[in-house]
Amino acid sequence: MKANLFIEWLKSREGIYYVLLALLLVVVFPLALESFRLNMVGKYLTYAFAAMGLVLCWGRSGILSLGQGIFFGLGGYCMAMFLKLEASSPENTAIQSTPGIPDFMDWNQLTALPWFWEPFHSFSFTLIAVLAVPALLAFIIAVAMFKRRVGGVYFAIITQAIAAILTILIIGQQGFTGGVNGITDLRTLMGWDIRTDEAKTLLYFVCVGMLFVCLIVGAWVMRSKLGRILLAMRDQEDRVRFSGYDVASFKIFVFCLAAMFAGVGGAMFTLQVGFMSPSFVGIVPSIEMVILCAVGGRNSLLGAIYGALIVNAAKTFFSESFPELWLYGLGVLFIAVVLAFPDGLAGLYRRYVMPLESKLPAMLRRGNAEAQTLPVEEAK
Amino acid sequence: MFADYTMTELTSIFAMQGFAGLSLFSIFVLMALGLAIIFGQMGVINMAHGEFMILGAYTTYLTAQVFESVMPGLYGGYFFVAMILAFVVTFALGALVEWLMIRHLYHRPLDTLLATWGLSLILQQTYRSVFGAREVGVSLPDWMMGSIAVTDLVEIPINGLFVMVLSLLIAFAVYLLMFRSGWGRQVRAVVQNRPMAEAVGIDSGRVDRVTFALGCGIAGVAGSAFTMIGSTGPTSGQLYIVDTFLVVVFGGAQSLLGTIASAFTISQAQSTMEFFLSGSMAKVLTLLFVVGILMLRPQGLFALKVRR
Amino acid sequence: MSPSKQDFILAVEGLTVSFDGFKAVNDLSLYLEPKEIRVIIGPNGAGKTTVLDLICGKTKATDGSIKFQGKELTKMSEHNIVRAGVGRKFQNPSIYEDLTVFENLEVSYPAGRSVIGALAFKRDAAVIEAVEEVAETIFLTDMLHQEAALLSHGQKQWLEIGMLLIQKPDLLMLDEPVAGMSVAERKKTAELLRVITENHTVLVIEHDMQFVGDIADRVTVMHQGKVLSEGSIDHVKQDPKVIEVYLGH
Repeated sequence: MKANLFIEWLKSREGIYYVLLALLLVVVFPLALESFRLNMVGKYLTYAFAAMGLVLCWGRSGILSLGQGIFFGLGGYCMAMFLKLEASSPENTAIQSTPGIPDFMDWNQLTALPWFWEPFHSFSFTLIAVLAVPALLAFIIAVAMFKRRVGGVYFAIITQAIAAILTILIIGQQGFTGGVNGITDLRTLMGWDIRTDEAKTLLYFVCVGMLFVCLIVGAWVMRSKLGRILLAMRDQEDRVRFSGYDVASFKIFVFCLAAMFAGVGGAMFTLQVGFMSPSFVGIVPSIEMVILCAVGGRNSLLGAIYGALIVNAAKTFFSESFPELWLYGLGVLFIAVVLAFPDGLAGLYRRYVMPLESKLPAMLRRGNAEAQTLPVEEAK
Repeated sequence: MFADYTMTELTSIFAMQGFAGLSLFSIFVLMALGLAIIFGQMGVINMAHGEFMILGAYTTYLTAQVFESVMPGLYGGYFFVAMILAFVVTFALGALVEWLMIRHLYHRPLDTLLATWGLSLILQQTYRSVFGAREVGVSLPDWMMGSIAVTDLVEIPINGLFVMVLSLLIAFAVYLLMFRSGWGRQVRAVVQNRPMAEAVGIDSGRVDRVTFALGCGIAGVAGSAFTMIGSTGPTSGQLYIVDTFLVVVFGGAQSLLGTIASAFTISQAQSTMEFFLSGSMAKVLTLLFVVGILMLRPQGLFALKVRR
Repeated sequence: MSPSKQDFILAVEGLTVSFDGFKAVNDLSLYLEPKEIRVIIGPNGAGKTTVLDLICGKTKATDGSIKFQGKELTKMSEHNIVRAGVGRKFQNPSIYEDLTVFENLEVSYPAGRSVIGALAFKRDAAVIEAVEEVAETIFLTDMLHQEAALLSHGQKQWLEIGMLLIQKPDLLMLDEPVAGMSVAERKKTAELLRVITENHTVLVIEHDMQFVGDIADRVTVMHQGKVLSEGSIDHVKQDPKVIEVYLGH
């Protein structure tokens, strides 16, 4: 029974979109791109995690967070700490004054591993931490803010301030965190060298896999009653409250979920790119994650992924060829996405491409009466 | 930490840091006043506020250059000309931006935030292209150099004193404008009840435009003052934007007096701590302090009681 | 003055709320019996909406007590007051415009109100039946899968009433339910209320005296935050204080 439902869904409009994305990421890119470029696509996809989180908490629930870099960074640093400890085995660090600890700690005259680094010797702990640490911080922030009915602009500014605080803290405490350079020179994951081309290709597929996991979780949440309540809350918070819902707990939930998505993205970034630094934690990267979500059409999970790919590809292109133009382009993009096309790519798609879809073979239209409403709901 | 110093020394340290804090206070006040008008009175978030300030700073720099090459004898007075020019230029740009962009976004504060961030990126890149990526400095005129010795241990730099007096004068002028002039009455009318204000013949579009431009103009003057105590680069505006927003929100965005009190508290806290801790820890602690208080009291520490 | 409080489903005593010194509601006392239909009338600014705000928790009282089925409402948060059985309809229809009529009612269905509950919520037969039943009561069966934004003003009011009904509240509070409605819609609304009031206690704020006469058991007249007069509609209509302040000569 379930298998039939799944196949029916695959043939629906929404299912086709997912299949196309999967084809693009799993088949087209790996075949068409050399290892170096594929790795870059993998890097772009890690930002998509944060952007998808924003679709849930901003697009659907109206909670603008200008601090997703916080959670991206926390997830990334957790993974980096594990990898760094592995790379700093006593054999590898024999020439240091204190072997067995990361090089930057040695440079800063530390003689022992700080207590909060110790648990990161364990991979299972690290995996849990990648989800739990961002979620925990998100929980604290969310409870403090939403229980007091702080929202909107004030909330956004405070998340921005917290991103700034964390950045300064990380940079300032270089003995503990690697400072402004971050944690670099990562080599192996449980003995497996992550710097080789084969490893990076494999990690790319892992990233795509994790992306689909988050995509499915996000879609499930949006489709559930909880998703409808979030939408209701965005537009009529009072009415939801007076229908018996504790609005704060829903906001806390979605904010923590978005934080976990971003944390996973950060960890995948560390694995694929080989380092993590405070330049991914602060105000600038956080607001760039927002633009990725906005370009995708803030209500569409798939849009967020495409938005992340396109904007980052543009950034790479411009930075390589016309560096001066990139900031202008990005600035114009911010303004355009707000003034000219607030529904982003998803909106453009709905307006210009969807009408053309009916020209495709009838095969795609079979059994779609129910699915017709889904893209509209998803892209709302 | 404190035990290393004698009582007199401690007092002098606090006094000196207090005074250094006052410089910071003046900058915060000028930036925050402009932002408080735009955000507190109009509900508009201007993430490009720092860039308007830098525009004022660059205008001042250019004025100084012109004076130096064309009329070096009058260099002593260049600052006053520069200040007025800075105001005019940033006011004009503010009016243009409001007309092009802001007025379409009044009911969408989060969108304004994003759009003005985009503007700030464009402005930053423009400054980089026009003035170069390196920071430029302005040489102080003779009468502003040096310090006044108040006691044996406490010396107060003249430029800092000048900037502080300037800020207070401007704050006072803004107060007069907002609360004692016909214009201020119109602004407040539009903010509180737009349809009614329009019904009595107030051109709310124009009021909006001038109010926004005024906020930007004050930022420009802040930028002028900024050149007295630091050098200016394309990204200097980013240094203060988060602090400025926190100052405004901490003070209770609706209240200009609250903004000033908040600017004082935050600048003093930061500069005093800077002496005893490293610069970055002082900053972190100050920000944590402000965010912590905002989490407990979201309407701001100095907000007046609001009728529900 | 008041007999045993166990008889009353809602007992408001000494309720006061002050905004910067201005007493919008001033030492007000009100007692509702189960299944009673009480209408509150009075000039604008009398504090009628404020009383509803206080009961449902939208505004916090500065003094006094509100006991609903023995529970002290002034100490509870809004969503808990709703779960205790109090439903409030606002003056301006506040429905979820982006959701369909069905979804509007479903969101108001009293299950899956916690985060976990909402994630696990299944649209099973019981839910569908409840939604369809309420939709029929509020005359919106044909519009079930329409986006709520497309409803007429009157239909939106009915939808909001439906969203309250599906919660199965013990006390229904309606703030000017027929405001902005055509004559035909008013008739239908009166019909709707008659059905509803068979099984609920209802507290209504209204201005339309004809409508009030149709539905009210008892009427409370408010003026300047206090109760001016109380009783049957005829008693109140003839009360000279009421005539002077509200009804006119």
